[in-house]
Amino acid sequence: MRNVFLFIRRYFTFLSFVLLQVLALSMLFRYNKTHRAVFLGKANEITGYFNSRYDGIDEYFHLKDENKRVHRMNDSLLNLLRGNFMKVDSGSHVITDSVQYDTIYLVRRYLAREAKVVSNSINSQKNYFQLNRGSNQGIKDNMAVINSDGSVAGQIVGVSENFSQAMSLLHVHSTVSAMMKKSRVNGRIEWDGQSPLYLTLKNIPKSDSVLVGDTVLTGINSYNYPPGWMIGTVSEIVDDKSTNFYVLRVKPTANFQNLQQVFVIENLQREEQVNLDKTTQKKVDDLNKRRQ
Amino acid sequence: MNDLLRNIIRFILFIGLQVYVLDNVPPLHRFIIPVIYFLFILWLPFSIPRFWLLIIGFFTGLAYDYFVGSPGLHAAACVLIAYFRPFIVNILMPKDTSEFNYSEPSAKAMGWAPYMVYVFALSLLHHGYLLLLEWLDVGNFLDFLIKVVSTTAISMLLIITAEILFPRRLKYRTNTA
Repeated sequence: MRNVFLFIRRYFTFLSFVLLQVLALSMLFRYNKTHRAVFLGKANEITGYFNSRYDGIDEYFHLKDENKRVHRMNDSLLNLLRGNFMKVDSGSHVITDSVQYDTIYLVRRYLAREAKVVSNSINSQKNYFQLNRGSNQGIKDNMAVINSDGSVAGQIVGVSENFSQAMSLLHVHSTVSAMMKKSRVNGRIEWDGQSPLYLTLKNIPKSDSVLVGDTVLTGINSYNYPPGWMIGTVSEIVDDKSTNFYVLRVKPTANFQNLQQVFVIENLQREEQVNLDKTTQKKVDDLNKRRQ
Repeated sequence: MNDLLRNIIRFILFIGLQVYVLDNVPPLHRFIIPVIYFLFILWLPFSIPRFWLLIIGFFTGLAYDYFVGSPGLHAAACVLIAYFRPFIVNILMPKDTSEFNYSEPSAKAMGWAPYMVYVFALSLLHHGYLLLLEWLDVGNFLDFLIKVVSTTAISMLLIITAEILFPRRLKYRTNTA
């Protein structure tokens, strides 16, 4: 016993070094896997406070660009107003009502909330940005974040009371379901961790015809992102001879360096979809087990 | 100004500088990443016990980590340089802590050449370990090597600039006084 104490005393610094390393690394690996860490909620509140203070000043330098984006978005929404359309005189021609469902009653699937980016990074391999809305304002994990011009920016991974942390598309673990606007073929958007100016679109089969400049939208295979929002445009087609799929370099529409006002979009049916997926999986597993 | 207050102010300044200035620099190239916050650890007084040096290193890294959203990554690298700092100081200046004429490592206290070796060794360790952890998670090996070299070079450049622009007024200590 005495020797143990002597040993600890002798190598006290080394042992504390090892202990702190293990602590730091376990925090890191746990965070990489689950985006959870000790004190993250409290720390998020503190960094959020300082970030929003800094952002109060920084905001002025982006007002012009932001104003333009918001104005363009308003323009596109203005054109959707009901008053812009009129009913044609329906008495003059015969209409066969072929609609199979009730067109009056609609169910809301996606709900948008506004938020402001208070801190943002694009230099790292894992980029996050922080928003000034948190669980008190109804923000939850896995909600999609969309820039003020309607282009996809990322998804929420961590929430504290008044702030939330979002994983940018410029994150090496980010995967977003995407589709080509022209052909509706599905693929996925990833980032290789190299240039913040380009994303990578994978899984588009070579049978599809792709041209430089084609638009890439969010796909239908996602529980988090509403389909049909613009991600970017194809800027380079890399012909990978070893597979039957294209590797496309995509220029994102969102300018990740000056994300300012954003929308956080909630899929109100997410839980139902996820549960359905789980139960289906379970049923299939059970079926396979029984067959064996 | 006493050491504690001076270092608390320095801590705030370094983290602030890193988070709000250097991290907001528009990306010039993907290999050019300016990092300077760990200079705080290099500038801590000689007289700090090694155990406390580790603790301070850990919390410095952790504070920065919470700002960039990678809990543990920079903390691990900072603990590493905090652990190796006394060894490197000892190799470069084999003296007892009470024998130093200045309270903290600086070009004046150690001489330019040993000080540069000290800064270089610890920056290399910091970036090497940091990028190794990043590479283990994801990335390719060539990128890792280039990044270690480039970030170390840029950190050295920043540290030399800081050293020349902001000469610290350190008291010369003698046994007679």
